[in-house]
Amino acid sequence: MDIIVCVKQVPDAKDVRLDPETNTLAREGVEAIMNPFDRHALEEAVSLKEQLGGKVTVLSMGPPQAEAVLREAISCGADAGVLVSDRAFAGADTWATSYTLAKAVETIGDFDLILCGKQAIDGDTAQVGPGLAARMDLPYVTCVQKTREATDTGIQVERMMDDGYDVLLLPLPALLTVVKDINEPRVPSLKGKMKAKKAKITVLSAADIGAEEQYIGLAGSPTQVVNVFSPEPRGDRQVFTGTAEEQVDQLVDQIKGYL
Amino acid sequence: MLIVDADKCIGCGVCEENCAFAAITVVDGLAVVADTCTLCGSCVDECEVEALHIEGAEKKIQADLSAWSGIWIFAESRHGVIAPVAFELLGIGRKLADQRGVQLTAVLFGSGVRDSAADLIASGADKVLLADHPELLQYREDVFGRVLEQLIREHKPEVVLAGATAIGRSVIPQVATVLGAGLTADCTGLAIREEDGMLLQTRPAFGGNIMATIECPHSRPQMATVRPNVMAPAEIDPDHRGEVIEVELTDDLLASRVEVLETVISEGEQVNIQEIEVLIAGGRGVESEKGFDLIWELAAELNGAVAASRAAVDAGWISYPHQVGQTGKTVCPKLYIACGISGAIQHAVGMQSAETVVAINRDANASIFDFATYGLVGDLFEIVPLLTKKIQEQRGS
Repeated sequence: MDIIVCVKQVPDAKDVRLDPETNTLAREGVEAIMNPFDRHALEEAVSLKEQLGGKVTVLSMGPPQAEAVLREAISCGADAGVLVSDRAFAGADTWATSYTLAKAVETIGDFDLILCGKQAIDGDTAQVGPGLAARMDLPYVTCVQKTREATDTGIQVERMMDDGYDVLLLPLPALLTVVKDINEPRVPSLKGKMKAKKAKITVLSAADIGAEEQYIGLAGSPTQVVNVFSPEPRGDRQVFTGTAEEQVDQLVDQIKGYL
Repeated sequence: MLIVDADKCIGCGVCEENCAFAAITVVDGLAVVADTCTLCGSCVDECEVEALHIEGAEKKIQADLSAWSGIWIFAESRHGVIAPVAFELLGIGRKLADQRGVQLTAVLFGSGVRDSAADLIASGADKVLLADHPELLQYREDVFGRVLEQLIREHKPEVVLAGATAIGRSVIPQVATVLGAGLTADCTGLAIREEDGMLLQTRPAFGGNIMATIECPHSRPQMATVRPNVMAPAEIDPDHRGEVIEVELTDDLLASRVEVLETVISEGEQVNIQEIEVLIAGGRGVESEKGFDLIWELAAELNGAVAASRAAVDAGWISYPHQVGQTGKTVCPKLYIACGISGAIQHAVGMQSAETVVAINRDANASIFDFATYGLVGDLFEIVPLLTKKIQEQRGS
């Protein structure tokens, strides 16, 4: 089974703050990591490959330094890495991103399955996976928590719902987005690290994938950011003192409105 | 408008193949443009004999925007019951519709949900587009997406809102993509800009550390998913009148490539913690599955539900649907009581927009107190049962 895994390099959210002076994202000193959900998508792909044979290609759209997450993915068992990188992609929203990824997937060629993380932790949109499926006219399912059975022609999965889960059967090729419950990602092996170091990452430009200018980057994005601001801080906090009982009494007094 | 030069067109069909919207077809050797054309221009570039051009593209796009009118909400139902978020969408949708001076329409998909249309009307809907069919009992991305897409193409609403639920966040991106429409995920604020009637969509980004306001200046409909529990539910007016319109469903709309083999409703997890007003959350400090009994008891007393940190879920004390935080759910209850949770940022981003946060932790320096409205320092095994008891007394009196 040939699998394409979409991964994104994201800033570690715990470090991101708005610079109050310039009103821009203060990204300095922020560590770049592989999006946590994508790690689970990768693990699922590698374990499916181990069961059924085939090849795992990791695909990312991003700046040249995003190559690092592709190498990391190779160290965890992926066979090849493709980075679509072009200044013209800058400012892409999820619509333009799914267009670009679809063009990149067409360039990569045949596949049986595309796996994505449920969402990226920087944007939290969860829109690129379904968008990519729509553009490629693939059957898709979001929030997959378990792969029950996979063959070369179909895949049976559990999809997490708000109140439980559904068991679904999809024909291949298909696209799945996964939640972290699906597996426990492995740590890279020493052999994997060596392989990743030597691996050649394919870098594709907008022209290489035949992307049309009006559909990529900021110009190709139907949504536009009007304003970015810091959320209102929570008001004064109150830490109670005294015995457990005294503290509980004070609390009950304060939260009466909710009782 | 897309113009076909009949003298140049050779009826080769390249435009038909390249149209993502199935809006151009070759009839009797000549390309014919349907009104579903979005003027995207991809056929113009592909036409080898230069028989296609877009006339006055700039002006026409503006004119085209004005053809879209009305506010729509997607009223999600599951197992025949309308999700609470639908009524929240009607609340905000009514405001937006009144401000724009247009109608509010609820789109209701499901099986055996006909009777619920009246509830939507009493909550402010002027129209209900009802798609009631056994094939819509189970949620499937392709079927729901196609039916919604067709309705939007036919009726051209200017705004489409859906809940940022498992279903909403799964189906809406598909629809927005094929329509070429802008979509904003998980909004916590919606407003109409007075000057030009544009929908301003505000959402948290970077795990809630930053808020962003987004607009869709050139495309229609303007689409957004809305975080549950943030908007106030619509006020119920039994005298409000509305019209129920049955949607015609053809077999090809209902055909699916996905087969639902089974639907499992998890025991004790019928509630979606994103739609609950009071959440009691347990973390590493709760120490065991048995420790969670105290959390469940307090939740029961407050008519709330139980949430958890990643540590507690990873330890196996409670299942993943309860997890709040970066790799779990984002919740927005009125009251959030965090018991034995240290308050790592990965947890905080999932709950910091709660109205009131109570932190119970034995470590006075735990970061959870930075996000708290009220803090109690001490042993949760002493405090939580005491709190349950006091609330019981309070309610009894």
